[in-house]
Amino acid sequence: MTILVLAEHDNATLAVATAKAVAAARAMGGDIHVLVAGAGCGAVGEAAAKLDGVGKVLVADNDAYEHHLAETVSELIVHLAGGYSHIVAAATTTGKNTMPRVAALLDVMQVSDITAVVGPKTFERPVYAGAAIQTVEASAETVVVTVRASAFDAVGDGGSAPVEAVDFVAGAPKVRFVSRDAAVSAGPELANARIVVSGGRALGSEDKFNEMIKPLAEKLGAAIGASRAAVDAGYAPNDWQVGQTGKVVAPDLYIAVGISGAIQHLAGMKNSKVIVAIDKDPDAPIFAVADYGLVGDLFALVPELTEAL
Amino acid sequence: MKILVPVKRVLDANIAVRVKSDGTGVDLANQKMSMNPFDEIAVEEAIKLKEAGIASEIVAVSIGPAQAQDTLRSALAMGADSAVLVKTDAVVEPLAVAKILKAVVAQQSPDLVIMGKQAIDDDSNQTAQMLSALLGWPQATFASKVVIADGKATVTREVDGGLETLELDLPAVVSTDLRLNTPRYASLPNVMKAKKKPLEEIDAASLGVSLDATLKVVSTVKPADRKPGSMVGSVAELVEKLKTEARVI
Ligand SMILES: Cc1cc2nc3c(=O)[nH]c(=O)nc-3n(C[C@H](O)[C@H](O)[C@H](O)COP(=O)(O)OP(=O)(O)OC[C@H]3O[C@@H](n4cnc5c(N)ncnc54)[C@H](O)[C@@H]3O)c2cc1C
Ligand SMILES: Nc1ncnc2c1ncn2[C@@H]1O[C@H](COP(=O)(O)O)[C@@H](O)[C@H]1O
Repeated sequence: MTILVLAEHDNATLAVATAKAVAAARAMGGDIHVLVAGAGCGAVGEAAAKLDGVGKVLVADNDAYEHHLAETVSELIVHLAGGYSHIVAAATTTGKNTMPRVAALLDVMQVSDITAVVGPKTFERPVYAGAAIQTVEASAETVVVTVRASAFDAVGDGGSAPVEAVDFVAGAPKVRFVSRDAAVSAGPELANARIVVSGGRALGSEDKFNEMIKPLAEKLGAAIGASRAAVDAGYAPNDWQVGQTGKVVAPDLYIAVGISGAIQHLAGMKNSKVIVAIDKDPDAPIFAVADYGLVGDLFALVPELTEAL
Repeated sequence: MKILVPVKRVLDANIAVRVKSDGTGVDLANQKMSMNPFDEIAVEEAIKLKEAGIASEIVAVSIGPAQAQDTLRSALAMGADSAVLVKTDAVVEPLAVAKILKAVVAQQSPDLVIMGKQAIDDDSNQTAQMLSALLGWPQATFASKVVIADGKATVTREVDGGLETLELDLPAVVSTDLRLNTPRYASLPNVMKAKKKPLEEIDAASLGVSLDATLKVVSTVKPADRKPGSMVGSVAELVEKLKTEARVI
């Protein structure tokens, strides 16, 4: 049994999500190979070779993979798939974009967004925005899995696996990369931050969002998140959305500010270790998952909290 | 240009989910069912393209039981021109849905398929990508903007870290994200008109796609509740508890 893990990276740096996907793969058992597909991504291959439990790193370094287009990367993975029992990737937007294609081309179902490994082919995954947890068993010869990174602890980096080049070049796709607009945020990355401060609709404007949430996050060295309502209203960029259809986070501390706690939001944060909620409505559902609840006007409480830290 | 919009009938997003205590699944009996919210966004986008004179025809398709007709009527009331129900009482996995949709594409010959990024019941987020792979058409998932011109689709996608823009040759598959548009409500006259629009029914078995599940669902359970927390009376008390009790700051 050998497992192929697709590395998540930006051609320069290996993302932590990869070390978490490798942790899930280790729980499945068997040898682990990591595939780095990109352009000018040699350093990423070296970083992947250090991940504990990895037996070999395959680097496909070619312009065809520069922008991680689902079409070319899935073609590459299918080309390599023959020797593998499992093909695994973190459920990042890249993983979610690419892996179902791999599954379809191999004529198997994908097991999406697993939160636990029960056996080599048996997994837990949330459905209905986390209102239910399914245990599913795959029977296919090749098991295609995406991993909810927040549910696994990253493996260490004391390894030294050999790195091999892969020459396969995917055919020209019928899609072209045009541009990328990176959302700039000064603090730590939302997906892996130890502390997250999130703001909701109650902030009322982008200015107020920044005025209230940013200083608190800075004081705590926290990443910033947002509810869908705050993102839809333009107070925060799309990739800050926490929830069923946004990012799933599980930091040590999650502070929800003016967020009511709809199930779709809870889906993205209710496995945080400690949850703090600040809301003026004592009956807001967010308080049902909060370890510490504070009722009152955020425009008074948040500056006071920032000051007190 | 013809657009195909797959729409799924799911438990309404505002209904609290009841997990059956025997572990066999979620209780859907007598619950309000609606069109998957991401599919409403897909229908809206198709209508917008028609209103802009870019699309000429919109066909909605659903794979499901007889009641999925209601979901299709909702799409027709919003503004789709015709609908296809691929009828089955089986629980159809995304891979089989994608294969059925491929067969429907062969019958309908659309230039564009717009569908939801995720069904809010199974939370799979895979059918659009699978359909794209099976058709050999390019894909743009998680779309927040779609521009069609000169036989190409320019699609802005919501990705980790920001936004990405791709240019796709048509025909193509696009999956919708929340910010693409705000779906309209169907007016009463349009609901009435929708009753007269064509709705074709196909037996799923006639398409030659196996509907057998390949993932065995061993159990479906309610997640463990969090241990109850407490309310604090002041910012000072909160800071104190975070430092000495929770020890997270
Ligand atoms: C298909 C689908 C997918 C979705 N995906 C997501 C998702 O991924 N993430 C997500 O977050 N949502 C998602 N949602 C939306 C979700 O259902 C809620 O609508 C959303 O989370 C509400 O955001 P909110 O809590 O900021 O706003 P509201 O629900 O309006 O809550 C605002 C809160 O602020 C409080 N408040 C107001 N003023 C003050 C004040 N001055 N001081 C203190 N408190 C105040 C109010 O009491 C209230 O509790 C999704 C919905 C659907 C249908
Ligand atoms: N039974 C179905 N009938 C029609 N469309 C479907 C069906 N199942 C899934 N889809 C489409 O595929 C999208 C993604 O679903 P999923 O991959 O299950 O999360 C949905 O938003 C729909 O557009």
